[in-house]
Amino acid sequence: MLALVAAHLLVALVLPFVAARSTRATCTVAALPPAAALAWVLTRAGDVLGGQEIVETLAWAPHLGLEITFRLDPLALLMTLLVSGMGVLVLLYSVGYFGSSADGKRSAPLLLAFAGVMLGLVLADDLLVVYIFWELTTICSFLLVGQAGISRESRRSAMQALLVTIFGGLAMLLGFIVLGEAAETYLISELVANPPGGDAIGVAAVLILIGAFTKSAQLPFHNWLPAAMVAPTPISAYLHAASMVKAGVFLVAALTPVFLGVAHWSVLTAVFGTVTMIVAGWRALHEYDLKKLLAYGTVSQLGFLMVLAGAGTRIAAMAAVAMLLAHGLFKAALFLIVGIIDHQAGTRDLRELSGLGKRMPWLAVIATLAAASMAGLPPALGFLGKEAAFEGFLHGGSGDLVIVAGLVLGSVFTVGYTARLLWGAFAGKRGVAATEARSSGAVLFLPAALPAIAGVVLGAAYPLVDVLSAGYADVFDAGADPYHLALWHGPSLPLLCSLLALAGGLTVHAARGRITSLRERLPNPLNAQRGYERIMALLERIAVGVTGRLQAGSLPTYLGVILLTVLTVSGSALLTRHTPIEDLRAWDRILQVPLAVVILIAVVGVVRARRRLTAVLLVGVIGYGIGGMFIVDGAPDLALTQFLVETLTLVAFVFVLRRLPPRFIQSEPAPGLRIPKMLIAIAGGVFMAFASMIFSSARQTRSGVSEQYIARAEEGAGATNVVNAIIVDFRAFDTIGEISVLAVTATGVASLVLTSRYQRRRRRGSLPMTEQPASDEAEPPRAGHGRGPPRGGPGAGPRRGGSRGSGAQGSGSQQEEVRE
Amino acid sequence: MTDLGSRPPGASAMKWTNWDVPTERWLLSGYTRDRRERTVLLELAARTLFPTVIVFSLYLLFAGHSHTGGGFSGGLVAGQAFVLRYLAGGRMDDSSTVSMRPPVLIGIGLTIATLTSFVPLLFGEVVLESDIYTFTVPLLGKIKLVSSLFLDIGVYLLILGVVLDLLRTLGSGIEADVAAAERGQR
Repeated sequence: MLALVAAHLLVALVLPFVAARSTRATCTVAALPPAAALAWVLTRAGDVLGGQEIVETLAWAPHLGLEITFRLDPLALLMTLLVSGMGVLVLLYSVGYFGSSADGKRSAPLLLAFAGVMLGLVLADDLLVVYIFWELTTICSFLLVGQAGISRESRRSAMQALLVTIFGGLAMLLGFIVLGEAAETYLISELVANPPGGDAIGVAAVLILIGAFTKSAQLPFHNWLPAAMVAPTPISAYLHAASMVKAGVFLVAALTPVFLGVAHWSVLTAVFGTVTMIVAGWRALHEYDLKKLLAYGTVSQLGFLMVLAGAGTRIAAMAAVAMLLAHGLFKAALFLIVGIIDHQAGTRDLRELSGLGKRMPWLAVIATLAAASMAGLPPALGFLGKEAAFEGFLHGGSGDLVIVAGLVLGSVFTVGYTARLLWGAFAGKRGVAATEARSSGAVLFLPAALPAIAGVVLGAAYPLVDVLSAGYADVFDAGADPYHLALWHGPSLPLLCSLLALAGGLTVHAARGRITSLRERLPNPLNAQRGYERIMALLERIAVGVTGRLQAGSLPTYLGVILLTVLTVSGSALLTRHTPIEDLRAWDRILQVPLAVVILIAVVGVVRARRRLTAVLLVGVIGYGIGGMFIVDGAPDLALTQFLVETLTLVAFVFVLRRLPPRFIQSEPAPGLRIPKMLIAIAGGVFMAFASMIFSSARQTRSGVSEQYIARAEEGAGATNVVNAIIVDFRAFDTIGEISVLAVTATGVASLVLTSRYQRRRRRGSLPMTEQPASDEAEPPRAGHGRGPPRGGPGAGPRRGGSRGSGAQGSGSQQEEVRE
Repeated sequence: MTDLGSRPPGASAMKWTNWDVPTERWLLSGYTRDRRERTVLLELAARTLFPTVIVFSLYLLFAGHSHTGGGFSGGLVAGQAFVLRYLAGGRMDDSSTVSMRPPVLIGIGLTIATLTSFVPLLFGEVVLESDIYTFTVPLLGKIKLVSSLFLDIGVYLLILGVVLDLLRTLGSGIEADVAAAERGQR
């Protein structure tokens, strides 16, 4: 299993090189790993359904107890069949759909990677591994929906899909951790074997459901799914039929045995699922774009699946498995059919399509087969699922009856939009010219036809599906007379429900004109898309506000904030805790006194300095003075480093000073700020003085760590210089980290300095032409630090009015480049 | 070292008499400062001090394990040799010998340090484990080589690269800016 997942990802990595030669070859090669996975899982199917589970474990970080565990159980078997089977079909379909366009070059490797991570997701037994694959599918879908990122719409849709599902994913991760810590295991199989109890589990259930609901597009998070319809059809088909959205339902199905004791698990899935099924079905009844219609159909079906998967009874679980399979088959077929229509006719708007049934009779036939499964007509697989679903809820209490009512209403809408789809795509319409379209080739037709036919064949071969679904559903209590999936249970209530749904659906379709006008008259107070946009706009406003307040662009403000934070956090600790200063001495060695005098004089000089260069040189004097202190105290390594760094700092300062006015600005823009600044500075200084005295008095003897360092430097690190032994051996890991930070910082500073230079050069080079974009780019940061008034004072940052004192300093825009 | 950059005419053929004539325009070459900004004294100091300081930095690098020094201070000292050279001779552009881009140097340093830390894994030890080798070389006597020296060499190169980057951006970068601004104002 590990090898299969790895093969998907590795081939996906290599594929871009194939793509440079031929798109068709890319799609074909991409279909190989899913085909291998499909073949493998089919050979194992007998064993797994016979009750044998296949487990593989790879030690990942054994010290932390992290292992990658893959497990093939009946539910994973079903999902693997869907993921890999649909993967093969969709990729083969892509050969014909993309032709040699650039979209195919991008999409095929991504689709393959998607199939790989989805395979990992359904096979993973460890919750944390599930989470990793879960987020990987999110990232893959972001890239797939976003495509090349050229159109604004695709970027927005991709972003919406990413944000909504990642939000849910994070909540879910939290839920996983709560669950895993409470049960002391992260393995799903162990959780199922010993379901944990307690209050924490209830919280975990809600958090995990948020993740599943966002991923499976349940109300009110459903909108990313219809928006994601901007992606090319093969991608939509794969997202909807086999992967991504199925992940949520799969997770709920996998965890329902764990949460059997949590009452609100089944209540939440039932409520949200039913509402989603009805609302999305209602929306689908009014869509004109065939793809959008199918998308809302998917949302509706996902609601249905969620109800079944979360119910926690054996019959519902069997229905869930049958419906998962049925939905995967018919939705893939229908998407691919709509893709063919779009590809051949150039439109998928059902108001423009007419008479396609006559032009493409075979396409109409397979579409009808798939639609029969969607509407739940015998002998299709969908019928088996729906019958079982009604059966599962008909014998419960009043709550279950409400669910049945909801499901019937949802099914009415399902039949309604199924009829609308068939009618819209293939019927001849009065007043619409017959659509010109050529029949498609076998490359497009076969991948669409296969799942459609499979849906009907599997329905007829219902004992097979019965074994598969019972394999999963047997975790639940079977009762005295276990239910079996069958096409004919005799005249029963579920059959009546199905007939009711069919009749209602056909009525709804017949009355489509009136229903649409009714919908337009209904108030529409809640709109999930508008809600999402409002939340995003609010987030952006908050971000702008916070950035504007915090990034005022004034160095004194930053410094003040830092000092005040230090004073309040550490200073309060210093005040509240009585920490005596012990063993205070005037000096240890007499040489310290003249050094201290020099430092103090320099300090006074810095504060009184009016010229920048003077101030910088005096700061250098302070630094050298402290280096001298180190020598006196017998720390030559420290002293050497201090001298060298001080010199380098001085040089850097002098370099920068060439671009700054020679004097600090005399006139304060806000004279009232002078006193507070002084107070903060003095308080900071006093705090530092006391803190350093307390800290140094707290360490009168060597710490145990230091003793060990000194003792082991010679034999352990081969060094007689213990400082060096610490740097390159004992704490070498820190050294690596520090030099990495240094490398990044140096590169960052260089980029900042050079960027402003290139930008200015470009602006100057062609002023009239590029003025607009250049100023556009520069706008956000400028707006950011334009909020705070540019304050003067020592070391103020960019100062727009500062160039008047210096003739050769250049214009205001150049002033901004150099920050201290 | 004082006869840099003046290659004798007709010296293209390598003879035994001139094998030691510098063939590279080395220290102060390529771009020179404006005459008004030039100080011969500083150039002289740079020419004489530069090699000495570099050797000193190498000493610090190797001595670090038993005396004061180490890769960090060694790299800083070497960097300061280049600072001196920059102050005396102006920016280092592609015409001078040391035209290696500072980011490359930083990258090489980081790579050496990181690779060094992983080498012990090949011998079944822990990351960053160091080993001591002692061997005897004629004339020099007993030499102790600690494998963590390579980590120090990485640090040395990285620090040197950082200083050179500083010279490139804040030094010659700003210098070029000033020149450009003056040209633009004229």
